[in-house]
Amino acid sequence: MSATGALVTMAIDGREVRVSAGISVAAAMLDAGVIAFRRSVNGSDRGPLCGMGVCYECRVTIDDVAHRRACLVMVADGLRVSTHACRPERSEGPA
Amino acid sequence: MERREQVLRFAQDDRFDILVIGGGPAGIAAAARAAECGLNVLLLDEGADVGGQIWRRRTGSLARGAARAWFTRLEASGATVIRGASVVDAARRADGGFTVTAERAAGALLVDAGVIVLATGARERFLPFPGWTLPGVIGVGAAQALLKGGASFRGKRVVIAGSGPLLLPVASALAADGASVRLVAEQARSRDVGRFALGLWRHPATLVQAARYRAGFVGTPYTLGTWVTAARGNGRVEEVDVTNGRTTRTIACDLLSAAFGLVPNTELARLLGCDRTDGMVWVNHDQQTSQAGVYCAGEPTGIGGVELSLAEGEIAGLCSAGHPGDARALLPRRDRLRRDAATMDRAFTLRPELRTLAHADTIVCRCEDVTLGAIKADWRMRQAKLYTRAGMGACQGRICSSALEFLHGWEADTTRLPVEPTLYSTLTAEPATSAPSANHGA
Repeated sequence: MSATGALVTMAIDGREVRVSAGISVAAAMLDAGVIAFRRSVNGSDRGPLCGMGVCYECRVTIDDVAHRRACLVMVADGLRVSTHACRPERSEGPA
Repeated sequence: MERREQVLRFAQDDRFDILVIGGGPAGIAAAARAAECGLNVLLLDEGADVGGQIWRRRTGSLARGAARAWFTRLEASGATVIRGASVVDAARRADGGFTVTAERAAGALLVDAGVIVLATGARERFLPFPGWTLPGVIGVGAAQALLKGGASFRGKRVVIAGSGPLLLPVASALAADGASVRLVAEQARSRDVGRFALGLWRHPATLVQAARYRAGFVGTPYTLGTWVTAARGNGRVEEVDVTNGRTTRTIACDLLSAAFGLVPNTELARLLGCDRTDGMVWVNHDQQTSQAGVYCAGEPTGIGGVELSLAEGEIAGLCSAGHPGDARALLPRRDRLRRDAATMDRAFTLRPELRTLAHADTIVCRCEDVTLGAIKADWRMRQAKLYTRAGMGACQGRICSSALEFLHGWEADTTRLPVEPTLYSTLTAEPATSAPSANHGA
């Protein structure tokens, strides 16, 4: 919730949502009803745990860059997020 | 979108006298005091804005009180501030100074500094229990952080179950946001917390604050000696079990906030070879660590809260700038706050039952999905890493290692670069030929 009232348009897994400017990507996703951010190595859904960049559970792909921490990145107009981009296989690190 | 790789290196003339890592209260105080002494100071912070977790501003809102005063003071001090920079390496050079590598969205950042002040703060201690990996199970400070990041928990049924003085303010903040706080369960025994609460009479401001938190969620039960034993749900948390050791009950909820106090972020201190005592970074009277030229302030030297962090930060700033005499007046206040912190720590001692919550099939390492049963109690952390990959994932053991230290009495393993997952291009970064202006915070 931004006191400024400005809105930006972002896409979560291809779905366009209008969110307040200045909020975190994690906040925008939770407010859009998304609770599963990534899939663990065994294939179970995971969402944010620590909210402050420590646990890496909120990793998503943002603008084609994998493994970004949604809790640390702020929303921006045109920003694209995809969940479950981290597949169960051992990932080869950030793109 | 094409990723822009950009390596920034400050020109030799811009070599910083003092690099402060971490922009919470301790780091802000250290950077401001050192810069006020006329030194060339750089403050690096990982977040989108300085303030750390405690002074993190809710999106669109203005800072108040002490936070506002220190933000203003930092700005006026002349210290350079770069936000959104995660430090991944810090190494001592032959001349005794340091080269620090950080990663930003825009690319690598290489910094030369004569002295380092570590103000890396703390994280929450998470303990494994069945269901703790379900989406919707988050930390206590995590709820506060997400709220300040702009998330709304309006209409959500919330259970808060953990330990420490953070439970009540977070419950209050969630209730104010429109959440329905069903229960606040503190695991500590009532007589321990009661003794601590009596101690608060010596600090009226704290007591008033506590009363205000209570008023913020009238009708919400706050129980002592109660802890969570399991969370269940289909793809997300739907209900949790809490017990007082005699009776267990099930509560339906949309969100479980569960964390068990704070643990210091000591990765960079360990990387630099700083000694620790009881898991905390050892410092002398001047906040200097066992490594010459490396100072430390705030939570890494012992969990103590914002007032103590400010005092330690000011002392570290002045001493690292070569003005220990000016810091002398601050020492009694720091020492008193340290004694208060020790009292609080005793009040929220973790009960031994918390070591028995995780079953053999409960995941302990969330990054690599390693279960408790796969890890032998008589190992060391290094063995757990080599045999099971526990602690080898993206968080580099920040969550599971803290849990295993409590569960099995282990010590943290050694730290090596990079201390955060990083791009290969950051580690192989070459200095840019032209130095940009230092004023390019994200």
